[in-house]
Amino acid sequence: MPTARIARRTPRRRWMVADMAESESRGYPTRGVAQLLLILAGQSIGFAGYFLTSLLRDNVLPPLWPVMAACWFGLGVVLHIGVRIAVPYTDPIILPIVLTLTGIGLAMLNRIDLTSDDPPMVYSQFLAVGLGAAALLTIVFLLKDPRRLKGYPFLLSTLAFILLLLPLIPGLGSEVYGSRIWISVGPFSFQPAEIAKLVLAASFAAYLCDKSEVLSLAGRRFLGLDLPRMRDLGPVMVMWAVSLSIMVFQNDLGTSLLFFGLFVMMIYVATGKVSWVIIGLALFTAGGAAVLRFAGHVQRRIDFWLHPFDYPDDATQIIQAQFGFSNGGLFGSGWGLGRPDLIIFSYSDMIAAAVGEEIGIVGLMGIIVLYALLVFRGLKTSLIATDSFTKLFAAGLSFGFLLQTFAIIGGVTRLLPLTGLTTPFMSQGGSSMIANWILIAALIVISHQARRPHTAGGEVGAFGVTILGEEATQVITSRELAHLGTGTIRPVQAIDAEQVPLTDGGKPKVRSGDEWIDDVDPGSEETTEYEISPINEDTVRKVPESFLDDGLTRTTVVKGLFGEEEEITTTIDDIDDDYFWRGTD
Amino acid sequence: MNAQIRTVGTVSALMVLALLLNLTYLNLVREDSLQANPYNIRAREAEFDIHRGQILAGNVVIADSIESDDGSIFRYQRVYTDGPLYSPITGFYSYIYGSSRIENSFNRELVGSSSSQWLQRLIDTISGRTPQGASVVTTISPRLQEAARDAMQGYSGAIVAMEPHTGAILALVTSPSYDPSRLASHNLTDVRDAWQELTTDPRQPMADRATREIFPPGSTFKLVVAAAALESGYTPDTMIDTPSRVQLPGTEVWLPNSTDCGNTQVTLARALQLSCNTSFANIGHDLGGNALRLQAEKFGFNAEYLPELGAVASNFPTQLDEAQVMLSSIGQFDVAATPLQMAMVASTFVNNGQLSEPYLVQEVRAPDLSILYEHTDHSSLVVSPSTAASMREMMVAAVTNGTGTGAQIPGVIVGGKSGTAESDPDNPNYAWFVSFALNPDVVVVVFLQRHDDTPDDLWGGGDAAPVARKVLQATR
Repeated sequence: MPTARIARRTPRRRWMVADMAESESRGYPTRGVAQLLLILAGQSIGFAGYFLTSLLRDNVLPPLWPVMAACWFGLGVVLHIGVRIAVPYTDPIILPIVLTLTGIGLAMLNRIDLTSDDPPMVYSQFLAVGLGAAALLTIVFLLKDPRRLKGYPFLLSTLAFILLLLPLIPGLGSEVYGSRIWISVGPFSFQPAEIAKLVLAASFAAYLCDKSEVLSLAGRRFLGLDLPRMRDLGPVMVMWAVSLSIMVFQNDLGTSLLFFGLFVMMIYVATGKVSWVIIGLALFTAGGAAVLRFAGHVQRRIDFWLHPFDYPDDATQIIQAQFGFSNGGLFGSGWGLGRPDLIIFSYSDMIAAAVGEEIGIVGLMGIIVLYALLVFRGLKTSLIATDSFTKLFAAGLSFGFLLQTFAIIGGVTRLLPLTGLTTPFMSQGGSSMIANWILIAALIVISHQARRPHTAGGEVGAFGVTILGEEATQVITSRELAHLGTGTIRPVQAIDAEQVPLTDGGKPKVRSGDEWIDDVDPGSEETTEYEISPINEDTVRKVPESFLDDGLTRTTVVKGLFGEEEEITTTIDDIDDDYFWRGTD
Repeated sequence: MNAQIRTVGTVSALMVLALLLNLTYLNLVREDSLQANPYNIRAREAEFDIHRGQILAGNVVIADSIESDDGSIFRYQRVYTDGPLYSPITGFYSYIYGSSRIENSFNRELVGSSSSQWLQRLIDTISGRTPQGASVVTTISPRLQEAARDAMQGYSGAIVAMEPHTGAILALVTSPSYDPSRLASHNLTDVRDAWQELTTDPRQPMADRATREIFPPGSTFKLVVAAAALESGYTPDTMIDTPSRVQLPGTEVWLPNSTDCGNTQVTLARALQLSCNTSFANIGHDLGGNALRLQAEKFGFNAEYLPELGAVASNFPTQLDEAQVMLSSIGQFDVAATPLQMAMVASTFVNNGQLSEPYLVQEVRAPDLSILYEHTDHSSLVVSPSTAASMREMMVAAVTNGTGTGAQIPGVIVGGKSGTAESDPDNPNYAWFVSFALNPDVVVVVFLQRHDDTPDDLWGGGDAAPVARKVLQATR
């Protein structure tokens, strides 16, 4: 039984190895009660808004409030139970945030209904929430392994592009307020771009996790940048063309920016090459500038953003949103006491303005922080995910979600030109609502996969190095390898900046510090000491309190790649209190 | 891959930070200007719940808020006493169309939200009392204002009466005028109709001719040229070449006299008395465009005064060629002035060469009668006291025996200068009379403009001087 003993030369870091082994083997805590309490607390915020609207406006309790309460909190409980059964290890914060945002959105739509002559929107919106929740439950029960999507990059991208271009088909697509982003079939209308966002993220992830190593190969060097090879530019150009055609033909700057930004970000995550980001931004800026010259509406949006008061009759959305914020001030005018009726589209694009007016700058900041928390939980999920596809997929979903939120809230608050995007979970609109619930379903499933115990199924997560039984090649860095002590994994390819060929004969090539070590013998009984060279911060986690109390020595048993058991003994004698404790679990 | 994901996380955090900082900026920096923006219906709505302060002319309340009983959502109704008479001062205050003049420039004080009223607001909030705005007391004399309106009967134009030693505006009339009550109505349909009617009326009843529009001052500008001449060494007895006409240098255009000046030489005093064009064209040519402009700017040209009303700057052009200097010297070409500006010119002469900046708001009084704001005079030396004295004498001569005889008042020392200007040959002319009376000292500027009912030709001496006389008479 091999024993990895960590050298005393680096006392302050040694606990981490043991801790990783522990948390990976045990999985993350499930935190079911916390999730339920957070859900109910979050739902109460929206419900309080609904309640206060009637109280403050008309000094009565909202009619039907017991029914609404039963439906609303019932929905939360059902979602909680479903998620607990299907994906118990999932991040307990994601669902409560979604329900909080949804609740505030519903309360605001109900409030807008009260001062509007149009037919009420809140019931159909509630139905959309129900459909979205049903979609979420379906996915978490039926599609437990998102990696299945990995096998179909071509199919997925084709589907995404078809969805994106559907609104351009005459007879099917319809133009609403200048943007051609809707399709209508009979009485139903749908914004395919909302679903396309998800499919695109999946297809990018599938494509990139296949190609990331090729794409990261350097071509020429120019101005201090490693440019990619010309032949690898193809997919970028395709995405560029698609994004620009959305801008030109569908008159939709926001969607175009969203998709291109998503693509550029994912290619960066996959390859680690900043040159891709620069090339992407340059391409988009050049294309955008060309479009700007010919498409007047984009220029108008910029004028409205910079000088809204020069266009008092046209930039009314931005002007009235500004007045709303200033009227609401820090703490808002109160639910039901603002003037969302003065803001055109206060129920969809401009809902952040309506909310900001009534619950104040502070309330809107709270909402932004909720969105940010959601995004950071998604990125966190991506960090701890165990394979490159789910990593890319989760990162893409999270960043795409952030881009959209940033663009629309930034537009409403005059940080950016206003683009017609929905505010996730708040804006009125079924397509957007359902699509975003599906997005959350994917994150929830990925999160569960990443956080559950990894002892079963031949997957070993030891030393913070992700090892997948099903993968023939595991790309890890030499830093990570330095954690391994005696070799337990094969075959291993070590890369750090340069490509290193696979060793044959099952012997991994390991680098320790600046020195290549060729004689790592997998399965060796002897104890080998390696210096833990600059540690991979990705693996750093907080040491549980219990760990510290347990005493100075700890032995952990983890299961090896081929089912063999491995015992790790660690001595703790010098934990550095100043160390930056990463992670929250 | 994790390193990149962390980078994405950092970028995401920065984006969120940008959103939050922008909101902070919105709240801290933009809020004031947004609240004061005339398009801001919300702010006005909140204001409509406030007992808005009064605007007074002396002791007469000219704008007030009373409890509304018309069943509308608004708690107070703005009422204007003699609206058409005082509208150039009060402006209007409308739910739909915002506000203007003092209703706009002193809005914060009137609704009680100025920084000096924070304690009052706090006390009102704690004690549950309806917040009440402060009162704005103007310098307008109701008696003079009414006299000016009566004198203006039958003409379009403006009258400005000014106390020359302090700069206080005593009367400010513009004709035709409008009733701001129509725009303050709680019946918004009526308000829209009234707005439509007032803004499309070709006679432009909402235009403020006294302070917010500029017109060619014609011969009254000779006052500025004469003052510049005296300042640069001329005396009232300096002989000036005064042919019957002069050729404008570099052109085929001849500038004639419009009065009989003898066609040889006259003194400066005589030239002003008779308003001889060729004399002043020659003086201007002698002094040069730059000297004229500097003197004009000392009088207040090319700068804005009376911010209470948003008065516009009068214009004296730069970069003039010789012909343009000569035309400018008789108040033509691109020279243009508000009646207020010409009142400032005359005030300077009466005030021994000091220009006291014009002002309209004497003080702002809180509901408890404490003074929140009080005017302090600002003055600057424009011409020497001797120049001012000479100018007074010459203007008195012009009324005693010159172009301004229509302004004579028995037993009162009156000085004046007439002006008749054409903006362009197709348009009818403007008639001016810039005048003062001594003991008590007062300056009155009359500006008349043709409209359908007036005779085809207006001229300063014949039409404007008698109007000025009636106003001056009312100050006795």
